[in-house]
Amino acid sequence: MSRSLLNLMLALVACVFISFFGENFIASKFAYYYDILISIGVNIILATSLNLVNGYTGQFSLGHAGFMAIGAYASASWSNHLDPLIFGIVAGSGNPVVTNVAMFVSTLFAGIFAAIAGFAVGVPSLRLKGDYLAIVTLGFGEIIRVAILNLDFLGASRGLSVTGTYTNLFWTYGSVVLCIYVVVSLVHSTYGRGFLTVRDDEVAAEAMGINTTKYKVVAFVVASFFAGVAGALYAHFKAFVTPEGFNFFRSVDVVVIVILGGMGSTIGVVFAAVLLTILPEALRALAHTQFVPTAYQGLLENRLILYSLLLIILMLTRPQGLFGDGAAFKKWLGRSRAD
Amino acid sequence: MRWKALICCALLLAGFAADADADEAVKIGEVNPMTGAIGRYGMTCHQGIQLAIDQANSSGGVLGKKIDLLTEDNQSQPGQTSTIVRKFVAQDKVIAIIGDLTSSATLEGGPIAQAAKIPMVTPLATNPKVTEIGDYIFRICFIDEFQGRVMARFALENLKSKKAGILTDTKQDYSVGLSGFFKGAFVNGSGEVVREQSYSSGDTDFRAQLTSIKAAGPDVVFLPGYYPEVGIILKEARQLGITVPFLGCEAWDSPTLIQVAGKAADGCYFSNQFSADDPNPAVREFTKVYRDRFGSLPDNFAALGYDAANVVLDAINRAKSTDSIALRDAIARTKDFPGVSGHITIDAQRNASKPAVILAIKDQQVHYLEKINPN
Repeated sequence: MSRSLLNLMLALVACVFISFFGENFIASKFAYYYDILISIGVNIILATSLNLVNGYTGQFSLGHAGFMAIGAYASASWSNHLDPLIFGIVAGSGNPVVTNVAMFVSTLFAGIFAAIAGFAVGVPSLRLKGDYLAIVTLGFGEIIRVAILNLDFLGASRGLSVTGTYTNLFWTYGSVVLCIYVVVSLVHSTYGRGFLTVRDDEVAAEAMGINTTKYKVVAFVVASFFAGVAGALYAHFKAFVTPEGFNFFRSVDVVVIVILGGMGSTIGVVFAAVLLTILPEALRALAHTQFVPTAYQGLLENRLILYSLLLIILMLTRPQGLFGDGAAFKKWLGRSRAD
Repeated sequence: MRWKALICCALLLAGFAADADADEAVKIGEVNPMTGAIGRYGMTCHQGIQLAIDQANSSGGVLGKKIDLLTEDNQSQPGQTSTIVRKFVAQDKVIAIIGDLTSSATLEGGPIAQAAKIPMVTPLATNPKVTEIGDYIFRICFIDEFQGRVMARFALENLKSKKAGILTDTKQDYSVGLSGFFKGAFVNGSGEVVREQSYSSGDTDFRAQLTSIKAAGPDVVFLPGYYPEVGIILKEARQLGITVPFLGCEAWDSPTLIQVAGKAADGCYFSNQFSADDPNPAVREFTKVYRDRFGSLPDNFAALGYDAANVVLDAINRAKSTDSIALRDAIARTKDFPGVSGHITIDAQRNASKPAVILAIKDQQVHYLEKINPN
């Protein structure tokens, strides 16, 4: 067994352990922190997977929330319609084996469904470059949202209630560990050098005989799969999904995390996901202390102001992101010295 | 050693002081969309709630304690409300939650409040599923079934109509629902629906549907649509020579409607949750205080926010405790509570049963006409 696989197993066992012993305690005594913990996990999955496309492969996707929506609605529909048929269960039945199997199946279904959508979008559009790809993915995300708005069996604008709040620490952080493992192993494998080549110089890569479109599609499909998984976790935690939750701004949230953490740095992106999920809640708490005049509470609580400000400061001081990719950073340093 | 003891004592005292402080106030949580797509509505709703809490505080609070209103903004963003409700129940330990004014956010946060057994009172979520979440979820607004019935009765009794036309916005389930309820009540009351037509939000030409309705010769037309289309429809209807009154719903409540329709809106009627022109002295007083403080007339959202907060406060006073079960039962037993949007009674399904206000449009002005009581 290779060392990285061993690490993966150890991390998964740790997730099972924490979930088994700590789950009920945290969920009942510290429901608010529990909520934040799950949100952090979902954001880590979204950002790490998007980093494969935006960071390592150097493409610019703005439609990650679209794939998350597909995953959320696919797993929600699965749980609402197929779980009762297959397992004969309805929400609230306590058998842990059944609920965990149900969660596994619906999450896997969500991931595969999103991956298929990613493939369908990726094949034609990844022949495009730069801004054009950004526009296509942005358009795709909006198409998904508007399509759901017009599909009555998905609840349309009323939203869809999800039976079975199966998401727990194990499923969330298990998926986080798996997502990080897949992305890191992929990038550090021989095969994965292809992603970096596409990012660093697409023309040179093509000249070397690398099928750049294939690499881009692979990165896109893997990212879509994990976005779908994140959607499933979200849906089974919040137990209610509306199309507005997966709009353009949700995609931008994820892009901001990736840029802040540093494109092409998994550890940086994980750190940024944790930071940007906790920060709005911390500011929410700060806004209600006596140190902040009532008139300015809204300013502190609004995460969009915060994001914009963070990005401006970051771009001025560390354009490569908090944990920017070392090579890119050195390249940037060297260039500025040469100037 | 002495130092350590002193520090311990000080810490202990500080801890007790903090504890005493926490016991002093009654905490009520409010979640509303105060920024984002529907921030404007959330803001006026918040102002209504704030006003009610401040008034109660200035007259001594409840149960001899001050009321602490914790307001959280969900930024009209799905996913936020459940986090906020978890914060309310787990961190802040509120005794009741007011909000959210939309159905989707209440459906998201409601199950958490229900599981934590904290009463949640929504000012304006009209989706029937909201109060089906469980016995801790209440609403202060009337629901569509009642509104459809009220307009049918108004048409039959006040306008002496016999033949109605219906024009529905099929894209809005709100509109489809209202049309169904209106039709049922109108036919039950020995009226006849002579023609039903439909359109979709975003359409700009309605002549085909209106010509068909005109040919059927109704003496009233029920039009449960949102104001952007309604304005155009009224204008086109008058151009086509339809002179009978159109009846509408609360979605008509916008100055834009009259700006677009102009004279064409005259002689039409619509139902609403609240009217600032209501001659009832309680409403006069509320309107005056609200305008003095916030500089604008209260709208539906402000009035229902104000009523929601007052219903909760009234229930705390009647329960004589902040225990969640006692409070839930007290809210459920709310009967004939004199709110600014009418006398509120909570029924067995935890929906409010209360009068609807009928507004008439005359000389391009909206006038308060009358109140129609339930049943």
